[in-house]
Amino acid sequence: MAANIMRDPIRIAVVGHVDHGKSTLIGRLLHDTGNLPDGKLAELKETSRRRGMPLEWSFALDSFQAERDQAVTIGTTQILLRTATRNYVIIDAPGHKEFLKNMLTGAAQADAAILVVDAVEGVSEQSRRHAYLLQLIGIRHVLVAINKMDLAGYRQDRFQAVRDEIVRYLSGIGLAAHLVLPVAARDGDNLTMPATTMPWHSGPTLLAALDNFAASPMPIELPLRLPVQNVYRIDKRRIIVGRIESGALRVGDELLFSPGNQTAAVKTIETWPPNAGPAEAKSGESIGITLDKPIFVERGDLASHVTDPPMLTHNFRARLFWFGRTRLTVGACYRAKLGTWVRSITVHSIDRVIDTDLLNSHEAPFVATHEVAEVTLRSQSLLALDDHRANPALGRFVLIDDHDAVAAGIISMEGLADERRAAVGAGNRFGTEHLLTAELRARRNGHRGAVVWFTGLPGAGKSTLAMEAERRLFLRGYQVYVLDGDNIRRGLNYDLGFSPADRVENIRRIGEMAALFADAGLIVITAFISPYISDRENARRAAKSSFHEIYIKADLATCERRDPKGLYKRARAGDIADFTGVSAPYEEPVNPDLVVDTASQPVEEAVRAILDYIEQNIVFNSTAAAVT
Amino acid sequence: MNSYLDDLESRSIYILREAHAQVDPLGMLWSIGKDSNALLWMARKAFFGRVPFPVMQLDTGMELPDVYAFRDRIATEWGLDLHVEPCPPIETIDPKLPAASRAAARKTAGLKNLIARRGFRGILLGIRRDEQATRAKERVFSPRAADGTWDFRDQPAELWDQYKAEFPPGAHLRIHPLLHWREIDIWRYTKRENIPIVPLYFARDGLRYRSLGEKNITFPIRSTAATIDEIIAELETTTAPERAGRAMDHEAEDAFERLRSAGYM
Repeated sequence: MAANIMRDPIRIAVVGHVDHGKSTLIGRLLHDTGNLPDGKLAELKETSRRRGMPLEWSFALDSFQAERDQAVTIGTTQILLRTATRNYVIIDAPGHKEFLKNMLTGAAQADAAILVVDAVEGVSEQSRRHAYLLQLIGIRHVLVAINKMDLAGYRQDRFQAVRDEIVRYLSGIGLAAHLVLPVAARDGDNLTMPATTMPWHSGPTLLAALDNFAASPMPIELPLRLPVQNVYRIDKRRIIVGRIESGALRVGDELLFSPGNQTAAVKTIETWPPNAGPAEAKSGESIGITLDKPIFVERGDLASHVTDPPMLTHNFRARLFWFGRTRLTVGACYRAKLGTWVRSITVHSIDRVIDTDLLNSHEAPFVATHEVAEVTLRSQSLLALDDHRANPALGRFVLIDDHDAVAAGIISMEGLADERRAAVGAGNRFGTEHLLTAELRARRNGHRGAVVWFTGLPGAGKSTLAMEAERRLFLRGYQVYVLDGDNIRRGLNYDLGFSPADRVENIRRIGEMAALFADAGLIVITAFISPYISDRENARRAAKSSFHEIYIKADLATCERRDPKGLYKRARAGDIADFTGVSAPYEEPVNPDLVVDTASQPVEEAVRAILDYIEQNIVFNSTAAAVT
Repeated sequence: MNSYLDDLESRSIYILREAHAQVDPLGMLWSIGKDSNALLWMARKAFFGRVPFPVMQLDTGMELPDVYAFRDRIATEWGLDLHVEPCPPIETIDPKLPAASRAAARKTAGLKNLIARRGFRGILLGIRRDEQATRAKERVFSPRAADGTWDFRDQPAELWDQYKAEFPPGAHLRIHPLLHWREIDIWRYTKRENIPIVPLYFARDGLRYRSLGEKNITFPIRSTAATIDEIIAELETTTAPERAGRAMDHEAEDAFERLRSAGYM
């Protein structure tokens, strides 16, 4: 095998302004290359006739009634095209501004792109924006088709004027077009056959130019990156699964897992049906591996070799395209997804907003829908990532707000420090102070220490469940203790009130103390509202991998009906300020380890779910847990 | 990675593992056809032999006898957690629908019942983009509203391999790990992996089923392809569409769009 294996088929996105003829170009290309199935041409003629239109090639892709009635592409489509040379997937991306997220969805899957520009209308704002987005999401191979030359009288001077304008713009954003050619897509001119209508053009046809595109090779030469998708327990094996995004690994290689910084060697590469198993796996492969040591690994971790690891950081800079319906503002909190990890991030600063039309930039207090901006993002957790220029797959991310993707971006670490050394240093300091190891404590207790962090609205049932779980765990012989408002506020935190700052400090102390309890070998259950994600993330950071977040869930109406201490009533009456759920927000856990819904589950069922979780993940999982 | 089939397979396994990691409860529809057979095979690969979710057949009682025999044999041999969901009778389906669409809509109704009763948040399906124009517009993780309908106008952004797995209560996801496969790829893969297949795909007396559906609304095509190699050779040259033998696709210009918008697979 060659070192670089080509992908088959090559994926081409067709982008550009609405009505510049993208779908028509694709429909006609499908026809002229013999890729329309039997009866399709007759069907297109019939559908066009019924709508009183001349033959509409775009109907080959615009299959929805709404698209045909308005003659506009809404969804992004992928369609196969076979030529004598090779196979293509043609991705039709809508040009309408309203459907930019569909355009982006289509283009993000592509290896190369055709930018379609109307010869009569010329380069529009949307042509430029699409070109800019191609560049932003990492597409480097671009071909420009100046379309509707028939309507421009097949004039060479018109072609040259539009060509010069688009080439100037592309070079301004660092994109070089492989070719700019004049076409009349409706008639097939210069698509697969040289057009007699434009004898002044001597370059290749669109199809010939496509056939000259080199497919992007798999990034085997880059350092190894294996985002962990999951860990399966099968028979006695713990199989770590994921897809190699770049590089290659061999049995025996020492792997480093970030951000935890644990290392272990690859023992086997697992396959099914079971056989000897390969000795090597390369980028693009979805694999399963076992390790020689029982280190704690989970979904979201990023495996690499010990040399050339990803960067570790709490901050990163990004250039992003914002397609959320609201504005992006400084201080706003979103979730970032990169590889297989998901983490909360806060917008630290908006460094500049870029005008994709004029290519200048300005400072702004917010980023509006469909704007491109450079921002600095900050996370409470340590993030494993790469600069986009060093490793595209681990240098790009999406932002999620509520349930929806709202931005796509690429990472620049220019001027920011790799925090790996500091992270490793802290780990060592912690580990060498004690002569007793966590293992020794776990062996005596029969289980590891852990922080089981309950969170939920007032009245959701946190204390009730915590006390009952504590009682039963104690009866089963576990070292367990509950921290709740009564035993904390009376002593340790007697000096704290209920101001926002005091609440943060209250939870911070509890988090740090719970981590010490866990370090001492106890299972500690905390029963606090702890309404803010950032506070809970701090507690998680203190306890590291022994932290388990359990969401005690109940809707506000149910909690308010229960109102065990009469607090909701007082809050509604205005006697209590900043009461969570009434006059202060509650931020639901993003990815809790367990959700217990007390509105629908009886207490007994809820307690049992909690006990099952603790036994499975803390008690019986001790051998697989982290080694500090 | 040795061939393009490995690349296709690797992408599908990645999607299966993402679905399993992010969506619970998760189930898979098995039509017993070539595509969902291949998908089921990849699920066994992805999870090292044991398919970790229920495998469900929407049964109208109208499948061909070979299909039922094949289903029962494979379910036992592969140790599947098989669930057969009977579809509501034709009388319960909107009589205004054209006949074949109405028959097909029984499966939509059966699927809705199944999802409602078992609370599935994700359903794995073996559909492909090259089968049909509205399927070409699908997302890999494709949300459906509480009533099962598909809002193709407002599909979520799906960038790189970041799939949207969260959504409001009541809605569910259709997850499509085979979207990027072509018909011919499925056959090449079936051959390479030696995956069992219902014999109805092979020509007998000059006819074979190219796309397998219920006996009342699916028709065999003229063909002499009696082995997988011959099917592959046939597909390399044919220009006939795959679903030509599916009656419900041809009742009106938008027949299949309407079926799918209402929740059909």
